[in-house]
Amino acid sequence: MNEDTQTVTPETLMQLRKNQPRFEGLESGHRACLGCGEALAARLVTEAAGPDVMIANATGCLEIFTTPWPESAWRLPWMHSLFENTGAIAAGMEAALKAQGKPTKVLAFAGDGGTFDIGFQSLSGMLERGHNVLFVCFDNEAYMNTGIQSSSSTPHAAMTTTSPPGSARMGKQNLKKDILSIVAAHHIPYAATASVAYPSDLRKKIRRAMEIEGPTFIQIHSPCPLGWGHDGADSIKVARLAVQTGLFPVIELESREMIGSMPIRNPKPVTDYLVLQQRFRHLFQQGDVRAIEELAHIQALADHNIKHFKLRGEGMDAQDSDGADTVCRGGMRWA
Amino acid sequence: MRKALEGSQAIAQTVALCRPQVVAAYPITPQTHIVENIAKLVANGKMECELVSVESEFSAASLVLGAASAGSRTYTASASQGILLMSEVLYNIAGLRIPMVMTCANRAISAPLSIWNDQQDSMAVRDAGWIQLYCSDNQEAVDTTIQAYRISEATELPVMVCMDGFTLTHTLEPIDIPDQKMVDTYLPPFNFSRALDPLKPTSVGTLVSPDHYSEARHSHHHALLDAINEIVAADTDWQQLSGRSAGSLLSVDGPADAHIGILTLGSIFGTLCAARDTFTELPATKLIKLRSYRPFPVDALRQACSELTDLIVLERALSPGFGGIVSSEVQAALTHMASEVRVHSFAVGLGGRDMPLEIYRKLHKQVEVAVPAPFSIIDVELEKLSAEDHGTGAATN
Repeated sequence: MNEDTQTVTPETLMQLRKNQPRFEGLESGHRACLGCGEALAARLVTEAAGPDVMIANATGCLEIFTTPWPESAWRLPWMHSLFENTGAIAAGMEAALKAQGKPTKVLAFAGDGGTFDIGFQSLSGMLERGHNVLFVCFDNEAYMNTGIQSSSSTPHAAMTTTSPPGSARMGKQNLKKDILSIVAAHHIPYAATASVAYPSDLRKKIRRAMEIEGPTFIQIHSPCPLGWGHDGADSIKVARLAVQTGLFPVIELESREMIGSMPIRNPKPVTDYLVLQQRFRHLFQQGDVRAIEELAHIQALADHNIKHFKLRGEGMDAQDSDGADTVCRGGMRWA
Repeated sequence: MRKALEGSQAIAQTVALCRPQVVAAYPITPQTHIVENIAKLVANGKMECELVSVESEFSAASLVLGAASAGSRTYTASASQGILLMSEVLYNIAGLRIPMVMTCANRAISAPLSIWNDQQDSMAVRDAGWIQLYCSDNQEAVDTTIQAYRISEATELPVMVCMDGFTLTHTLEPIDIPDQKMVDTYLPPFNFSRALDPLKPTSVGTLVSPDHYSEARHSHHHALLDAINEIVAADTDWQQLSGRSAGSLLSVDGPADAHIGILTLGSIFGTLCAARDTFTELPATKLIKLRSYRPFPVDALRQACSELTDLIVLERALSPGFGGIVSSEVQAALTHMASEVRVHSFAVGLGGRDMPLEIYRKLHKQVEVAVPAPFSIIDVELEKLSAEDHGTGAATN
């Protein structure tokens, strides 16, 4: 050991950490629900992105729970304009910063409604024009801020207040839109999915996108305990199961080509994921043949994802759906 | 130096002189020539800016909002359906008190579809909280555009410069485009105190509870009312520098002792001037050109109307189910005057309908009646309509 190297005791380690605190772009004390996946995801994103950013935020839960005037949980320059114009607001910020010769990176934050649906046009324009913006979609699969209404991100058969199950319906009739492929089809350099259940993977992707000059897109699967109907303490478990069943593929695309994915060690049956959530409770009605059919549909969707994206892992992998972000003796450290 | 320029071309050159850093472009007739001409200036290296061809008017307004919030001077232009599409953003820009300038090349609203000129588009966003200035000719539009940046940045309110589509945008006129030095002297670089900045992070566009919403609206309303001073000052200073006024809040043309007045917004003023010079046998008439529609210059209007017995309000839009938009405001502004002014209310030139000089004579006939007739659209040819569409009490003019 070099003489200059100090011995690191637990006390000095604490001191070192204090002296070099993790950057926090989103402070605690905001008004998100217990177990909110979006709040966690937004914190992880802003930590990884660092302080030299400017945020355009769509209308939605994230906007509402972080900025009840005169309070704000943001330690970053942040702006909310409307629901459907986040892509254009971000593009305008970027054009201004470019004109001013400033290197600040622009982030755009929107929920699935603000990305897949109402905000889609301005997102598409921003991507096509090649603005240097990282667009982050916090995907909780419905309009949660207005009280759980169906969006084009809502998965097939899920119950929302506008897709209630009944004698003539079994929840949402259509499939979840494949936004990642649509976004990637704009020939953007980088598009990826991530999950709040895998923070190191998420951080890595944010950092990667931050380094790219041009439009990038990251879709983060973010459980909503209120809208999905699960215990707030189970958010990470539910989010992990979405990946482990194959229902939410965690993949990376560069110029439309898939360049990476999180392998699934042992694909779990979709019922493990669905049964934890009230939004799928109608699929577990005893004696309802429609429920059996829908469960088979959903299993087929997961099987298709696993096959299509070649998600099946080969044995133990510290970065696979079971290994990533777990603490085990001799395991990989967080990225 | 005076040059023969198309209105749109003149506006593009003027915008370039104002040095916006970000311009959003989206085509819509009759505005398109403006952004086309800006694109040409950029392509030829005569204008330095981030010119963004957006995918809709909604995004045009949003993009300049994002850019202005990040501290850049911006410009965009639109008309008609484009103004309606961006109306949600226009309210947002004004509510956030973001300075910017846009041109509205006034055009009718669909349905029925019409690409021709009236002012229903800008009237539809009257209450968005923008300053609205109406121009009667292209020189005024040029001078008003320059003034608009100064007014906007001084008051932290967005300014819409309204110029009649085709009548102004597509008409060649001798126009004096000021030189760069003059504009630079008049218009200092944009320094937005509330610009978003990573070194001074602020949150903009937050959720406001009922405890604060009324206060925000109050301050916005009063900022608009107070902008009257800046509009006057901006025009006075520009006049000193360039030798030209662009019409201040409103301007009055005609003999001081005239008892009849005609109030208009926009280019129809020129038609009326020509008509007055043609029909000299008709009673003396004051022509009032209302330039600042928002803020509405109540005091200046009352002063302009103090000697009048009759004021004809000729407007290029209407509120179906009520009638005149401008006339109802004028009437409200003129209440409790020492002597009552009778307000006559007409819409004219809708959807590009020609406005011949003869209208002037018809208007004077209207003044002769004992009680002002209810609002009507001039020149409606009832024979083109089936009987059930004639309406009760519809009068042919």
